[in-house]
Amino acid sequence: MANLASEFIGIKSPNPFWLASAPPTDKEYNVRRAFEAGWGGVVWKTLGEEGPPVVNVNGPRYGAIWGADRRLLGLNNIELITDRPLEVNLREIKAVKKDYPDRAIIVSLMVPCEEEAWKKILPLVEETGADGVELNFGCPHGMSERGMGAAVGQVPEYIEMVTRWVKQYSKLPCIVKLTPNITDVRKPAEAAMRGGADAVSLINTINSITSVDLDLFAPEPTIDGKGAHGGYCGPAVKPIALNMVAEIARNPETANLPISGIGGVTTWKDAAEFMALGAGNVQVCTAAMTYGFKIVQEMISGLSDWMDQKGVTSVSEIVGRAVPNTTDWKDLNLNYIAKAKIDQDLCISCGRCFAACEDTSHQAINMSDDRVFSVNDDECVACNLCVNVCPIQDCITMEQMPAGAIDPRTGEKVSDKHGDWTTHPNNPMATAAE
Amino acid sequence: MPNSIATNGVVAERLDKQTLADNFTDLHPPLDDHEALVAADRCYFCHDAPCMTACPTDIDIPLFIRQIATGTPDASAKTIFSQNILGGMCARVCPTETLCEEVCVRETAEGKPVEIGRLQRYATDTLMGKGIHPFVRAKSTGKKVAVVGAGPAGLSCAHRLAMLGNNVVIYDARAKAGGLNEFGIASYKSVDGFAQNELNWLLSIGGIELKTGQSLGVDITLDGLSNDYHAVFLGMGLAGVNALRADGEDKDNVLDAVSFIADLRQASDLSKLSIGRRVVVIGGGMTAVDAAVQAKLLGAEEVTIAYRRGKDRMSASVYEQDLATSKGVRILYNVQPERILGNGAAVGVEFAYTQTKDGKLVSTGETFELRADQVFKAIGQTLTGAPDALTIEHGKIAVDEFGRTSQSGVWAGGDCANGGEDLTVTAVAEGRDAAMDIHASLTA
Repeated sequence: MANLASEFIGIKSPNPFWLASAPPTDKEYNVRRAFEAGWGGVVWKTLGEEGPPVVNVNGPRYGAIWGADRRLLGLNNIELITDRPLEVNLREIKAVKKDYPDRAIIVSLMVPCEEEAWKKILPLVEETGADGVELNFGCPHGMSERGMGAAVGQVPEYIEMVTRWVKQYSKLPCIVKLTPNITDVRKPAEAAMRGGADAVSLINTINSITSVDLDLFAPEPTIDGKGAHGGYCGPAVKPIALNMVAEIARNPETANLPISGIGGVTTWKDAAEFMALGAGNVQVCTAAMTYGFKIVQEMISGLSDWMDQKGVTSVSEIVGRAVPNTTDWKDLNLNYIAKAKIDQDLCISCGRCFAACEDTSHQAINMSDDRVFSVNDDECVACNLCVNVCPIQDCITMEQMPAGAIDPRTGEKVSDKHGDWTTHPNNPMATAAE
Repeated sequence: MPNSIATNGVVAERLDKQTLADNFTDLHPPLDDHEALVAADRCYFCHDAPCMTACPTDIDIPLFIRQIATGTPDASAKTIFSQNILGGMCARVCPTETLCEEVCVRETAEGKPVEIGRLQRYATDTLMGKGIHPFVRAKSTGKKVAVVGAGPAGLSCAHRLAMLGNNVVIYDARAKAGGLNEFGIASYKSVDGFAQNELNWLLSIGGIELKTGQSLGVDITLDGLSNDYHAVFLGMGLAGVNALRADGEDKDNVLDAVSFIADLRQASDLSKLSIGRRVVVIGGGMTAVDAAVQAKLLGAEEVTIAYRRGKDRMSASVYEQDLATSKGVRILYNVQPERILGNGAAVGVEFAYTQTKDGKLVSTGETFELRADQVFKAIGQTLTGAPDALTIEHGKIAVDEFGRTSQSGVWAGGDCANGGEDLTVTAVAEGRDAAMDIHASLTA
């Protein structure tokens, strides 16, 4: 079994699976259960400044969307930061860290954008023995209306300023948690780096309304007839998160900035994907909220098995492996020609590929009178839509045409040379091929 | 093909070879990759899952199914084998309909449980098919343990002991190891020599020596084993068969169902096996169903299971009863045999109807006759040849919760021990748990 021991910005944990700052990490009771279940670390739910804690709504805090069989795909929440007194959280963090010295405990923080506020809370956190802090610049609801959370994360200058204060008043490693509710995630990441952040974590939740009650004509979750936007997370947001992680990982400015990947991690495979795109570890929330803390066991066994199969002995070897292959569109090889192929033994003749191709694509699938579906290579552009709508795994595959073969669609010979848009004759900006 | 289903008497070759092969093919064909993913997808990953509680070996069912769903069947198999080293056989023979699948929440929700048994087979077949044995032995403890009986209990015990670093010698009375896995299960539940393949795979952990043809009380004695080994585990099962207590039991063609099932499993050519035109099976358990169904599949024209109590008391599950009737077996309830009819060979059975009066099963006085040229007795097995030194309870070796017998240094489990149900999976659990206790006591 592969060794999953992880070290992220100097913080060690027995595996790279941390629980994200969220309801599962709000209390000592929960965090102890999480550690017993096998989680490598937690980011304690965001602490606010001393004084009367925030209050939460007393109606529904979550909304959801489901896939087939009521599988939870996306979760939306309007919960705020911890609503328990600061001193209670600090006391509990200290107690848990003492009992679980091998696990990572990071403390998420959100106090007003004032130097004094940060200067005041940091020593209190340090005193708990926690391994680091995460600055919550991502929360998109409630707190952002008060100039915190995403309201900070949307202004790179604020990120840089606050991060600098944190590094000035604390020796603790500092992770800056980024909001996805912006247009270019590289800018806040660069700002965090300028401020001295040791790492960024992303994504926080995405502004969302999950559904509308059509009797009340109100967004859900509905509180006394009204609804407010919440933060969206869960498997549905993973593609958005993967892209944002990759954007930072392949940005020359931030290429060496460690990333803690967050956003819909549900299985070992999701985690491996985040790490391949540059995340040093991952943080999980929705999967734990859906299935319980035990879900980490599958992540551990799956990642370990996969690493064994790949002959990888350390999680650090995975990190960033897919970054060099993440490029701009213009660099994709236009001479790579593929055709869809339908495995007739696996095909159940549902016809979804035909409907998709005939109605919405390239009329490249033929249907016989007795419902045999086959690909017409003369028309197939290898768009992959048939693969995506086919209900049977591996029934339709994309087969690369060998160099030298004639593509029946274009009548041209398949080249064995790389040729992309930058050198394509149709590109008025093309540079001549060497 | 000299005979047909209508040939009188007990004869071979009632069906052609192809029909026989079709009849005895896998009862539940293995899931393919797509089917496994779809089936696994239905699991809700329940908290404190009822299926897990229902499993005598406490396999972490939600976890192994999720590992299938996430494309790691090897990890899934390890989850299974860490609790139940005979998880491959149990996937085939467990009455899942009365264990894990009965309590599946999707049985509650939709009347259709997650197919736990078939998913377990998918995972275990995947890893075993690669020839991978997922465990390695711990450092040697220098201890030697004798295991009597190479059935599910003995094999499970031996494997766990070997894994923990002990050396084990298994003694089995038969010429071939496997116990009921090899001799006592309907052929269509364990095809393609699975029991022997599983045995070899299990033994590949090392540290286990197998000695066959060694019968306790004849070739070996408990005293001798106790002297030669640091501990002894008894898992020799139940070698005796209960008598009918009906007149004429000694007539020809009145046979033990367990022998019939064993002969069938060992037969290299099913067409050479003789079967009656009209077969009566007396009993109400899994053995009765296995014998009756296989008699039908061999080409018997009429097969009847006669059970002395009502349907609700039958120990074969409703699923097994339905399986039997779907194959054309008739089940008669509330009838008990009075005498076997015939001169020399059986030609029929006289039954009396029964009723329960004051909590006792009694004859109503009304009788009827069934024609039969072959009668199988399937009314339970008994312990024979238990060492005198051991305390016997309810006809079985008395054991405590750790499998300890009344004699220090001697443990017992499986069907020969007084404990849980007589199921493969229960025997595996008892063998494993006794091994843990033996190891603890040897290394204390």
